[in-house]
Formats: sequence, structure tokens, C-alpha cells
Amino acid sequence: MSAEAVAARPWRRKLVPYFQAGPLTLVLALFLIFPIVTIVIVSFFDYNSVQIIPAFILDNYRDVLFSKVTWQTYLNTFGYVIVVWAITLFIGFWIAYFLVFHIRTNTIRIACFLLTTIPFWTSNIIRMISWIPLLGRNGLVNALLLHAGVTGHPLEFLLYSPFSVVVAFVHLNTFFMIVPISNTMARIDKSLIEAARDANASGWQILTNVVIPLSKTGIAIGSIFIFTVVMGDFATVNVMSGGQSASVGLMMRNEMSELQYPAAAANAVVLLVIMLLIVSAIVRLVDIRKEL
Amino acid sequence: MSQVFDVELVGVTKRFGATVAVDQIDLRIPKATYCCLLGPSGCGKTTLLRMLAGHETPTEGDILIGGHNVSLLPPAKRGTAMMFQSYALFPHLNAVDNVAFSLKMRGVGKAERQEKARRYLELTHMTKYAERLPSQLSGGQQQRVALARALITNPSVLLLDEPLSALDPFLRGKMRDELKRLQTELAISFIHVTHSQEEALALADLAVVMDGGRIQQAASPRDLFDKPRTAFVARFIGGQNVLPAPGSNGLDRGEIAVRTDRCHLVAPDEATPAASLLGSITGIEYQGSRVQITLSIDGAREAISLLPDDAYFAKPFKIGERARIAWSEGDVHQLSAP
Repeated sequence: MSAEAVAARPWRRKLVPYFQAGPLTLVLALFLIFPIVTIVIVSFFDYNSVQIIPAFILDNYRDVLFSKVTWQTYLNTFGYVIVVWAITLFIGFWIAYFLVFHIRTNTIRIACFLLTTIPFWTSNIIRMISWIPLLGRNGLVNALLLHAGVTGHPLEFLLYSPFSVVVAFVHLNTFFMIVPISNTMARIDKSLIEAARDANASGWQILTNVVIPLSKTGIAIGSIFIFTVVMGDFATVNVMSGGQSASVGLMMRNEMSELQYPAAAANAVVLLVIMLLIVSAIVRLVDIRKEL
Repeated sequence: MSQVFDVELVGVTKRFGATVAVDQIDLRIPKATYCCLLGPSGCGKTTLLRMLAGHETPTEGDILIGGHNVSLLPPAKRGTAMMFQSYALFPHLNAVDNVAFSLKMRGVGKAERQEKARRYLELTHMTKYAERLPSQLSGGQQQRVALARALITNPSVLLLDEPLSALDPFLRGKMRDELKRLQTELAISFIHVTHSQEEALALADLAVVMDGGRIQQAASPRDLFDKPRTAFVARFIGGQNVLPAPGSNGLDRGEIAVRTDRCHLVAPDEATPAASLLGSITGIEYQGSRVQITLSIDGAREAISLLPDDAYFAKPFKIGERARIAWSEGDVHQLSAP
């Protein structure tokens, strides 16, 4: 279509951008906005032990916000988030640092990146079950410790405990720290490191004054991944704690298994709001648009 | 201590695997010299500069700065400062903090280091932009910040890696004057890597032409231009016709150089001058005060005559015409084999 033809029919020209944006809008509306709106609506419904009753009541929110159990569960989940975040950040940062600054050939760097994906090579269930022969009462770790005489009796806290929950989270999610951080780090101009060395900076000073400030966006993106994944998880907490630990996700699943959908929906809305607050706080702290 | 040389290089060689980047360089740079390292890309000039800075270690040989062997010292212990080609400003720090970076590393207090940094920004006329981030500065301004950052370490030798290549021609000329002014004012040595002969001629006290990792010639710009040692130098610096020496009896006597502005043109039917070559005119370029006429000699060699505009227009030529390019014996400069 020539330029004149477009100019001759301005209504057509006006429509073009809508057609271009249409498909994605449709997908987002169908798979993101519609479900969320449904959850928000259902969260105001009434329910009894057999059915959901369309209504507009605030009881569900009252139950979520004023129950001691909810508060304890959120606190427990935050505990996991903080610990897992700190550990994955520490490990992820150093792995990214090693990959970017110490490996010289690209081939080996790609090979090492593939190695970091190993935790994803098997299904979630198999992966979690395979912790049992390692961390269990008669597992490898306990056998080794007993054999070496480090401990006189098998350590109980290794499996079905907050410890094992954190181990499983870290094992799976460190990858989500490594990728964005190494991505940001790879963009640091190597001559900046030389310039810092010229200015008499020690290795530690280069790290704190140049590398960390310039990796901030990657750290922020990785942190958002970790926060969202750990906050919403129920499977890992359930399996790895042997059903002894609570999390927000688990609480919702329990409500759903008892057909209390409106209660679960209210819980989900509260979690969503909290997550949005956390993410917007991170985005305010660090300008992640630089990375996108 | 009355050492005479700021920098001495003794048999400096750098190999990367099997390739020799810098090959047995010997060079002495007197105190407070503006030295330009000049050559085509891949000639080893940047590697040599990086070895001076301490970002590469020489495979063989010694580097002396201010009379001390610094071959194995880290960059900050050499008394050198480097201005990187890409400026390498820290993108998360504003101009003041960039300049004050080395002071911060040495543990100087915030107020003191910022005050000193501002003084150096003043030296490079950047006071107005002190609070800006590098991304908010133009290329020329970033360069001034980089210059201030390099100078604040009080170096005895400042190393500049193609500092003017990223600037537009107008800024380049301005910056050139400024670099020379700073070098004279501070009375330290500047070692400036460039591939522009114009830059080297304008700035240098000592110009070093390199090719294939070796020094082809180290001399004052005037000597370099007037008396190039080899055909490579003559061609690289320009302004010279490299011609076969008029050998008697077909004896090979190497090549000679004659400055293009000392060559004039004679019509073929005029009396043949003593030293001349017959060719046909392939190009006429008007350059304002001069006219550059290119001749093809035997279809193999080019020769250029650079004539003052009035002389040319008094007796103009046309493309395709035959003409003799002529010079006087006194303007002949014998080149030695490379």
C-alpha cells in the first residue's frame, strides 16, 4: 500500500496500531486479566461446606487478615524467602562472577552455564524424592557423618525440616540469580576494571566500588525471581518439610482441597498485593529498565 | 635525582602465543617529552602502551620509568596514568566521583578528595558539568573528565590510547591544542598512541613510527617528514613521492623520496630537466591554496605534484595529458632498505 493510499484513508491508518497490538492484548486479557478478575470476584463470595454462593461479603478478608494462623504462616514464608534469598544471592553472585571474569573462552563459559541448569534436567517430584536417600535418617550424609565419628546418632534435622526446605529451594532457584547477574556483569566494560586497577584499587575495592554497583540491576531481577517463586510455592515446602511446615501457598491449597474457594481466593489476592508491593519496592530501589 | 629520561625501553618484546606483537623495542624518551607512537593498526603501538601502563607484561626486556625498572610492577606503582580509548569512565559515578576515584581508593576523606577533584576538573574546563553522570556528557566532555581522572594521580608519564579518534574534526583540533598546553604546563611526558600522522606531526616532540612490532623511525616530526628513513615511513607520513633511484646502467640504487610540494610539472615538449619522469595525469584535485596532480608513471607507479594554486592556474593541465614531473637534485632524499 502506497503512502498516498494510506493518507487517503486516515481511518485505516488509525486502525493499524490496534491490529498490531491486538493479538497480545487478547492473550493477556484471556490468560492474565480474566483469571485475576475472577479470583478477585470469587474472593467476595460466600461459601459453605458444599457450595459457593455468589454474594458480596468481606468475611473472607476478615478471616485472612485477623487470623493468627495467617500471620504465622506469612511470617514463616517470609522466613524462607529471606534465608533462601540471602543464600542464592551469595552463591549466585560468586558463580556469575566466576563465569564472567575468570573464564576466558566462550566455549567453556557456555559449557559451565549448561552445568548450572542440571537441577532442571529432571522433574520436580523426582528431584525432591531423591533428597531422601541423601538427607534421610539412613541417608548418605548421615552415614558419612556417623562413619567419620562427627556425630554419635543420625541427625534428624537434615530431612523433613526447615533445613531441607531451604536446601531444596536453594538447589533449584540459585539458577535464577546466576542468569540475570551474569548477564549484567558481562556488560561491564573490562577497561573499567583496568581503570580501577590504574587508580590503585585492590581486588576487594574493585568488587565493592565497581562490580557490585554495576551488577545491581541483575541482582534486583534475580531477587524478584526468588521472592515470587518462594512466596508462592507449596509443593517444595509440603514435600521437603514432610507436611510439618506451613507456607502461604500451602495454606491456599489446603483451603481449596476443602472446597473453600472464596477463602483461597481472598488469600491469593492478599498474596498478590504483598508481592506487588515487594516488587515495586525493588524497582524503586534499582532502575531495572536499564536491563530490559 | 637528575635522570635524563622519563621512559627507557630496553629490548622489549611481547609475544601472544606464536605471534610477535612487539619485537625488540629500544627507545628512550627524554624528560617532559610529547611522544607520539604512530603506525597502522596491528603495528604493536597499543600493546607497547599497555605494557608501559602495566596492563600487559613484556615477554622479554625491561621498562624503566624515571630510572626505575617497573617491568613487573602493578599499574598504580609505576607513576603512570592511562587515558583509555573508550575513556572507561565509571558509569555509576558522576564526574567529580570519577575524578576522585583514585583518592577514594587511597582512603582520602570525602570533602578533601572532592575538592581536589574539582580543581582538576577546572584544569580541563569541566567545572560546570561536575555533577553529571558520564551518560549525560558528550564524547568531548567525557574525555576531559577522563583526562582529569588520569592527571589527579600526579603521574610522571601520561599514557593516551588514541584519545582523539572518537571526536569530530572540530573538537579534535581543540583537544589537540589543549593536550599540548597541558603537557607543557605540567612538564611531564605524554605518550600518545595514534594512527593519524597529522596528529603526530602537530603534537609530537618525538614521533615514533612503528610497523610489524618494530620501530621504523623515531625522530622529531620535522625529520620524520623531511628525511624519512624508509619507504614505509615516507608513504605512511605522506607528502613524499617514493621513486626508484635513477640508476645509471640499470644498477639498482634503491629508492628515493622527493617531497610532493617540491615537484613541478613540465609539458613533454619543453626542454627535459635533469631529474624527471614522464607520465600521464590521472587526477587533479583542487585543495584551495594548492592543487594536487597525480601522475601515473609507466602505469605502475604514482607520483604526486603539489602545486601552489597560482602556479597551477597559470599553466593548467587536463586529465589524460602527458607531462613530466620534475625536481631538482637538491630535493632528493635517499631512502634506506627497510
